[in-house]
Amino acid sequence: MSNTATQAQPAPRAPGAIAVPKLSVRQIVPWLLFAALLALVGLYFVTAEQGATSLIAGNAVHEWVHDSRHLLGFPCH
Amino acid sequence: MPLSRVEPKGSVVISARDFLIRGLLAGLLAAFAAFAVAYVVGEPPVRAAIALEASGGHSHGAETEAAGEHSDAAEEAPAPGEVEVPRSLQSTVGMLTGMLVAGTVLGGLIGVVSALAMGRFGRLSARSSTLAVTGIGFVTVYAVPFLLYPPNPPAVGSGDTIGIRTALFFVFLAISLIAAMTAVLVGRRAAGRLGGWYASLAAIVGYVVVMLIVMALLPTYNEVPDNFPASVLYDFRRASFLTQFTLWAVLGIVLAEFVGRLSGPTAATAERELADAGA
Repeated sequence: MSNTATQAQPAPRAPGAIAVPKLSVRQIVPWLLFAALLALVGLYFVTAEQGATSLIAGNAVHEWVHDSRHLLGFPCH
Repeated sequence: MPLSRVEPKGSVVISARDFLIRGLLAGLLAAFAAFAVAYVVGEPPVRAAIALEASGGHSHGAETEAAGEHSDAAEEAPAPGEVEVPRSLQSTVGMLTGMLVAGTVLGGLIGVVSALAMGRFGRLSARSSTLAVTGIGFVTVYAVPFLLYPPNPPAVGSGDTIGIRTALFFVFLAISLIAAMTAVLVGRRAAGRLGGWYASLAAIVGYVVVMLIVMALLPTYNEVPDNFPASVLYDFRRASFLTQFTLWAVLGIVLAEFVGRLSGPTAATAERELADAGA
């Protein structure tokens, strides 16, 4: 994982093997953090907001995503 | 949008950004499929459960009024700031919104994780490692939590314990994720000594053992009302499983297809060359 190039580099080819490109960890990390944050916020509002915890007053979010929260298998009420 | 930027020499430049965008798109498509399954398979048991709730045969008890149009908050008179979303919207655009948001952000994350996994899962091709990431995701994020804290339809679950039940659910989910990531990292490390097959088996056994111990230690709650029909409960849980399975399966397959195109004409051509040589 010490590959720090910013481009995909084909792995050394063993005879008869197919080279699978590999991205450097350094290049991926910021995107990983961004995607993880996005997922955390997005999933929080669908699966937990206005249930056990609440950032926004009222129950509009809970009511609106009610059926998806149930069927995705999260505790709803 | 070009699927891949081909450099003059024919080598393909791929970035994490390409994976994020394809993941978000695959997740969006998967969300529509999951919504369709949830609507067709999931809404009947949800409707049945709500009808039972409205008829008063459950834990909310005496407060329940004989209201025709029912949503969960409808039992109490709406307080200021409380709204009542009609069932016709909850089961359609409401649910679709939830699925689209959840599917898209999940797809983006799986996309970037697949970028990390590409070329790092033994000798798996980019397509195969993407499918592996999605499969591990489904088991870790949904299937295993399902075993300890199965999903419940409306009318099941006490308002007194929603706080602790939610906390336990997410704690278990986090443990499952951490255990799976650890298993993958340890498995990769062991692959040099044990070979890919035995390293994978060891990683899976390790994950299963850890999760069984955690499951034995965490408390569970059974708040299904005594007179709640077992068939409705089963139908609901099966529908929830099918919904999540659809979400992850479509996400994985679509993303693998995108990644296969992305990782390039080089890999595809090489595969075909090999196949031709073998024939």
